[in-house]
Amino acid sequence: MSDMNTAMVERYRNNFLKEVESHVEEGEWVKMCMQCGVCSGSCPLGNAWAHPPQELFMMIRAGKREEVLTSDSMWMCTSCYNCIVRCPRELPITHIMHGLAHYAKRLGLVPKKQPTNEFAEIFWNNMMKKGRVNELKLGLSMYFKDGFSQGIKNALANQKLGQSMMKAKRMNPMEIIGGHGIKNPSELQKIIQKAQEIEDKKLQGAN
Amino acid sequence: MSDEKKFAGYICTGCGIGDRLDAGQLETTATRDGKMQSCKQHEMLCSAEGVKMIRDDIDNDGVTHIMLGACSRRAKVEAFNFTEVAMTRANLREGVIWARPDEDELTETTQEMADDYIRMACAELKSMNIPKPSGEQGLNRNILVVGGGVSGMTAAIEAAAAGYSIHLVEKTGSLGGHAAGLYKRVPFRAAAPGVGNDPHAQLPDAEEPGVDELIARVEADQRITVHLNSTVTKTSGAPGRFSADISTESGGTTTENFGAIVQASGFKPYDAAQLPEFAYGKTPDVLTNFELEKLAKEANGGPLKRPSDGKEVKSVAFVQCAGQRSQKEGHLAYCSGFCCTESIKQAIYFKDQNPDCDTTIIYSDLRTPGAAGEDFYRAGQEKMVIFTKGQVAEVSSSGDALSVKFKDLILDEDTEMTADLVVLATGMVPNSGPDPYASSESQEEMSDEEKEEANAAAEVAVSVESILNLDYRQGTDLPQLKYGFVDSHFICFPYETRRTGIYAAGPVRRPMDMKQAMDDAAGAAMKAIKECELAAHGAAAHPRVGDLSYPSFRKEGCTQCKRCTVECPFGAINEDEERYPLFNESRCRRCGTCMGACPVRVISFDNYSVETVGQQIKNVEIPDEFDEKPRILVLACENDAYPALDQAAMSGEKISQWARIIPVRCLGSVSMSWITDSLNSGYDGIVLMGCRRDEDYQCHFVRGSKMAAERMSKVGDTLESLNLEPERVAVHEVAITDIQRAPQLIQDMADVVEKVGMSPFKF
Repeated sequence: MSDMNTAMVERYRNNFLKEVESHVEEGEWVKMCMQCGVCSGSCPLGNAWAHPPQELFMMIRAGKREEVLTSDSMWMCTSCYNCIVRCPRELPITHIMHGLAHYAKRLGLVPKKQPTNEFAEIFWNNMMKKGRVNELKLGLSMYFKDGFSQGIKNALANQKLGQSMMKAKRMNPMEIIGGHGIKNPSELQKIIQKAQEIEDKKLQGAN
Repeated sequence: MSDEKKFAGYICTGCGIGDRLDAGQLETTATRDGKMQSCKQHEMLCSAEGVKMIRDDIDNDGVTHIMLGACSRRAKVEAFNFTEVAMTRANLREGVIWARPDEDELTETTQEMADDYIRMACAELKSMNIPKPSGEQGLNRNILVVGGGVSGMTAAIEAAAAGYSIHLVEKTGSLGGHAAGLYKRVPFRAAAPGVGNDPHAQLPDAEEPGVDELIARVEADQRITVHLNSTVTKTSGAPGRFSADISTESGGTTTENFGAIVQASGFKPYDAAQLPEFAYGKTPDVLTNFELEKLAKEANGGPLKRPSDGKEVKSVAFVQCAGQRSQKEGHLAYCSGFCCTESIKQAIYFKDQNPDCDTTIIYSDLRTPGAAGEDFYRAGQEKMVIFTKGQVAEVSSSGDALSVKFKDLILDEDTEMTADLVVLATGMVPNSGPDPYASSESQEEMSDEEKEEANAAAEVAVSVESILNLDYRQGTDLPQLKYGFVDSHFICFPYETRRTGIYAAGPVRRPMDMKQAMDDAAGAAMKAIKECELAAHGAAAHPRVGDLSYPSFRKEGCTQCKRCTVECPFGAINEDEERYPLFNESRCRRCGTCMGACPVRVISFDNYSVETVGQQIKNVEIPDEFDEKPRILVLACENDAYPALDQAAMSGEKISQWARIIPVRCLGSVSMSWITDSLNSGYDGIVLMGCRRDEDYQCHFVRGSKMAAERMSKVGDTLESLNLEPERVAVHEVAITDIQRAPQLIQDMADVVEKVGMSPFKF
C-alpha cells in the first residue's frame, strides 16, 4: 500500500486538497469549510483530538498531507453527528472524518496501535471468515490483541460480565467451536475481493 | 385675519384623567392662573367629536391659541393637527397620572403637578406666535450632483426619473469614475432561492460592470446636463436657492440655481507606497487590487501575466486588509468593506483562466457584505480558491518568486508561501474637501501661540482641494464625521450631512462597494428631492421635518459677538455687511443652539424662545420652604429624553412628584438664563437631559448636546455666587431606551435635595 502512497504523492504533488477531493469520501466538501470552528466546539471529544475537524480542514488546504494522513485525530470520531447538525455550511463532517481515516488506511499511513483501527481490522477479519460476526471470538480477539498475559488479565477483569451474559443466554460458549455463519462464505469472500480490486483500480487509475 | 390673539383651553377627562384629577379645578387654573379666555372639558378630546369641538372654535370663534390638557405632545399628533393656530399641550396623562401611583395620600401632590402643567402650558402659549414661513425661497426643482462616478450617475438618473432637472459635474473628461476601470463587478444578487450548500451549487458569478449602460442612460436623459472637465468653484445660498458656479478647465463659468445638492465625490485609492513591508514599489509583481483590475481589463479574459517578466501567473496570493484596520501610522483605521469580495472576484479571474493556478486569499476576517456576499464567497471556494486565515507579516522577493511570510491564525504557526504575484487588498480614502472644523476642534486645548503655529503648519500641509467651495462663514466644505468621511451619523441619519440641503452619497460618505453606492445614491437623491420641496414651503428638514418656525434676532440688542454663527452645528448663519448674523432659514434645522448660545438672548423662534420656556419656569407654583415640597426643574431633550420619560410612564415607572418637566428642542437651545432664573426663584434642583455627546454621539443636532455640556460646565460660578450647593444642577446623557434610568435620575436629584435641604430662595 505504501507504493500507492508514493504514487499519490507523485500525482498530486502539492495539491493535497485536490487529492482529498478526488479520493476521500465526501472530500469535495472540504474546500467549502469557512473556518467558523463550530464543529470543533461541538465535538464532545474535541479536547482529546490533536487536530479537531476545523483544523484538519485547514491543514488539508495548507497541504500538510503527511501530518493529516498519519494523524490519530479522525480516528477519534465517535459518529455522534453533532458537527454535521451544527455546521452552517452543512458539511458532512462525520463522513469526511471516516473518509479520511479510510483513505489513510488504504495508503498504509495509520499510526501504529491505533485502537479504532485495530478493532476495525479484527471485526473485519472475524466477519469475513463466516460471513457473520462471531461475538465470542471477536471479544476474545480483542482481549488477546496485545499478547497472552494481557489477554488473561482482560478476561479476568471481565469475568463477571461474561458469566452474566452466558446465564442470560446473550452469549453461547459453543460458538468457540466453528460458530454460525452464512451458507457459502467463500462466495462472499469472492464478491468482496472483486469489489476491492475495483476500488484499488480506481485509486491507481484516473482521478 | 386680525392680529388679535384668542386663547382657549381644553381639558380631556379620558384615559383616566378625569378619575384621578379634579378636572373642574384644572379648568379654574387654566382660566384664573393661565388667563385662558375659555376652557372646555371633553371626555375624549381626541375623538372625532372632541376634535370637531376645537375645530369649530377655531373656525367660528376665531381662536388662535389653544392649550390642550390631555396626553403627551408626542401622542395623538394626527388628531390634534391644527396647523393654523399656536398650540401647547399640558402632559396630564404620561406626565402626571401614569407617572404617579394611584394612592389616596398622594392625590394632593398629583393634583399640584397637574395644575402646574396647566399653568406652564398656558404661560408658554401666551408668549407664542403662529409660525409663518419666511417665503425666502420658492420651489426650485434643479439638483446639482457633484461627481460623475457610479454614485453620481445613479443619483442623477434617480432624481431625473422623479421629474427633477440635474446638472452633473465631473472633474475628469469622462463619466464612470473608478468603476470605468473595472473588468468585472462583484455580483449584485444572491443565489436563487433554494440553492443548497453543496460543492456543486449554482452560485453567482462576477458580472459585466454595467458602467457603459449607466453612462448611456445619463447621456440619453433629457433632464440631465453633464459638465465634463468641470468643478464647482463657488456655492452660495441655501436649500431652495443655492447658486453654484460651474467652471470648466478652460476657464468658462456658468452659474446655475439649485434646490438641493448631492455630493458624490467618491474616493481615492489608498496610497500603497506606505506599505514597504509588502514590497510594494520594490518589485512590479506586488500590485494593489486597483492595479490588478487594470491588468485584468487589459488581458480581457486572456492569461494574466506578471508585470516583471511577462510570465504567465501560476500562483497568486492576495493580502487582505493591506494598510487597513490597523492603528499604525499611515494606515487606515477602518475596514473599506469592498476589498474582500473584490479579492474573491479577482482570484476567480485566475481560476477561470487556469483552474490549476494556485490562488490563496490570506485574510484575518473575511467580510462579504451585500446580497451576493456570502454566496460569492462560496463561489470562490467552489472554484478552489484557498482561503487562509492569517496575518501577513512580510512580502519579499526571493529569486524568481515572491515569498509571503504570515502567521496562520488557525494552525497558530508562522509560515511562508511563495507566489508569482502578490495582490494587496488596499482600501478607499474619501475624496472630501477640507474639514471646516479640523483645526478648531483640535486646537481647543491650545494656547494662542500654539494655534498660530499650527495654523501656519496646516496651511502648508492642507493641499486638499475644496469640492463645493461653499460661501459659508463656517468653511468651504462639508464637515467630516470620521476619517474624512462626510456624514453626520452613519446609522441614524445617513446622507444628512451637517450642511442642510447638501447630501453625501457613495464612498465619500462611508466606504462601500458599487451596489451599496448605487443604493446610497438613490437614497441621497430622494433626500435632495424632499429638501427641494420642503424648502419651497419654508419647512425644516430632518429631524424637525415640516417645522415652519425659524430663528430671528432683535438687531438692536445684538452685540455682534458671532457666537451663534460659530456654534450653529449646521453652518446656517452667515454674516451680513454690517457684521450682524444673517440667518438662512432653509439651512436651519431649528434646534435652537443659536438661541442657547446668545449671551444677550436676542435670538428666538415664533413658537420657541427664551420667553416661552422662561415663562413656564416662572409659572410653576413654588411652595414655601416649610411645606417640604421641593421643586425640580427637568429640561429634557424632545428627541430622546422626553420620549424616554413618556415611555417610562407608559411602562409603569414612577416619576418624582417634585419634578416639572419641560421639553426642549435640543439641550443646545438651553439658555443659561433659565438656569439662573430658576435657581433664583426657588427651584431646589435642576436636571438637564440631553443625548449622548462624545465621539459616538446620539445628538440629533450633532453638537447641541456637547455645546450645552460645555456651557453648563461653567454653571458652578452661578451656583457659587448664589451660595448654593453644586450638586443642585446635574447634566445627564439619556438615551431613548433609558426607561428605568431617566426617572431614576430625577429621583436621584430628589434625594440630593433631601440631603442638602430646600433652596433658601423661596419667596
